[in-house]
Amino acid sequence: MDGNINTFEKLLAECKISGKKIYEIMQEKEALDFEITIEEVRNKVRKNLKAMKSAILRGLNSKEKSYSGLCGDECYKLKERYNKKPALFGELFEKITMYAMATMEENLRMNTIVACPTAGSCGIVPSVITAVSEKDKIAEEEEINALITAGTIGYIISSKVAMAGAVAGCQAECGVASAMSAGAVVELLGGNSNQIIQASTLALKNVLGLTCDPVAGLVEIPCVKRNVFLAIHSITAAELALSDIESKIPPDEVVDAMLQTGQLMSPLLKETSKGGLAVTKSGIILNRKIMG
Amino acid sequence: MKQRSLFDVISPIMTGPSSSHTAGAVRLGILARNIYKEIPEKVTFKLYNSYATTGKGHGTDKGLLSGLLGLTVDSCDIKNIFELPLSKNIKYSFEYEQNIDRHPNAVDFILEGKINMVISGNSIGAGNVEITKIDDFSTKISGEYNTIILFYKDKPGMISKVSTLIQDENINIASLECDRNARGQTASMCICVDGDIPERLIKSTENIEDVYFVRNVKKLED
Repeated sequence: MDGNINTFEKLLAECKISGKKIYEIMQEKEALDFEITIEEVRNKVRKNLKAMKSAILRGLNSKEKSYSGLCGDECYKLKERYNKKPALFGELFEKITMYAMATMEENLRMNTIVACPTAGSCGIVPSVITAVSEKDKIAEEEEINALITAGTIGYIISSKVAMAGAVAGCQAECGVASAMSAGAVVELLGGNSNQIIQASTLALKNVLGLTCDPVAGLVEIPCVKRNVFLAIHSITAAELALSDIESKIPPDEVVDAMLQTGQLMSPLLKETSKGGLAVTKSGIILNRKIMG
Repeated sequence: MKQRSLFDVISPIMTGPSSSHTAGAVRLGILARNIYKEIPEKVTFKLYNSYATTGKGHGTDKGLLSGLLGLTVDSCDIKNIFELPLSKNIKYSFEYEQNIDRHPNAVDFILEGKINMVISGNSIGAGNVEITKIDDFSTKISGEYNTIILFYKDKPGMISKVSTLIQDENINIASLECDRNARGQTASMCICVDGDIPERLIKSTENIEDVYFVRNVKKLED
């Protein structure tokens, strides 16, 4: 195997040649590169998966506000409302939105979360994997397969684009997380490797140019709610891909477009809080209020 | 070049809210601790640019102190570190400065105790960090490798002497960088290695003539 799998084309070729799934290729590569066993790789993933789930559980039962006082009670609001009137799209939708919100709220409370790929996008992959697995009673081993699949998607994208808002805007954080999550869902639902990669590509293609303009420079506005939106976004991508709908622009070219878009974006919109939402009238008032 | 990992993407398990401003701060603190080797009597944290402006809301101050006191990025004590007994045995303060010559997320640890030392570092994104300076010397410590740091008199043969000792332990050098103030003055060497660094290697390096200072900086565990 070519040790340097850094494009989707190489990954897909490797799947075809070896007859293995994406997660199998990645766990073998990780074991080889770091001189550990596949079992050890999977146990590390298992530990992270468990930490993701405990963050969701804690978040579902908390209303504690963040240091800024701006956020922290919105998962509770969702829960209250769903109890009174169920979501239009049913229980799976309710769970994904609550789990994503719960995780991000735990993050801003300075509690324990798992960066996936970053802390500012930590709600997307865990909410989707957990909610879909609960719905279909999917076993933990398969959730681990899905999380490794998600990680592989992020691994390949980050070969070209650093996963940081300061480098390429939010497309590189929540955008990448939704691509990872879309691939994970297809894996959970038994899709093939091409469908997994297509799901990720479709998700990514639809968030190109997403800015990183947080109010007061905090991982709160718009980050918390954006995690909820992009978790649902990843399901749309997965549904399309599972229907064999493909991106007319090949996966690696979409990543190239993402890289170029990131480079073309003004630094004012890349985690500097000097543009966009951060400098709206209300954004500035909130900033003054928090910073004193 | 860094060996890339699946766990760059789906890790770490960490205290929120920010990879660069919280987890990165803890990691910088841990590296400063690994370099200084003991708990200082007093520390002044000087935060620059984005670390200065948005640090409070991200717990950067708490993260830096927690790391220096030995907590890891996933510790649930970071949030309350200012109230914990652990932080009562050390005098600490924070200064804030805007300086365009420094990285957006830069910090100086001004450490006072048995020895005084200034350690500078940056949080370079997604929780990755680098220690760029110890006192006046440039360094390149990322915490990905066990690293030997030494200060010595700039003269011929020093690299060979040190690398021979490392070879005698059958340890592979991943990278090696040197810096100096001026010819014949004090120089620094930063050696990243695969595997563990035995204490006897540090001792024998210290015994080389004209070596002033040696540290074994352990890699970050998460």
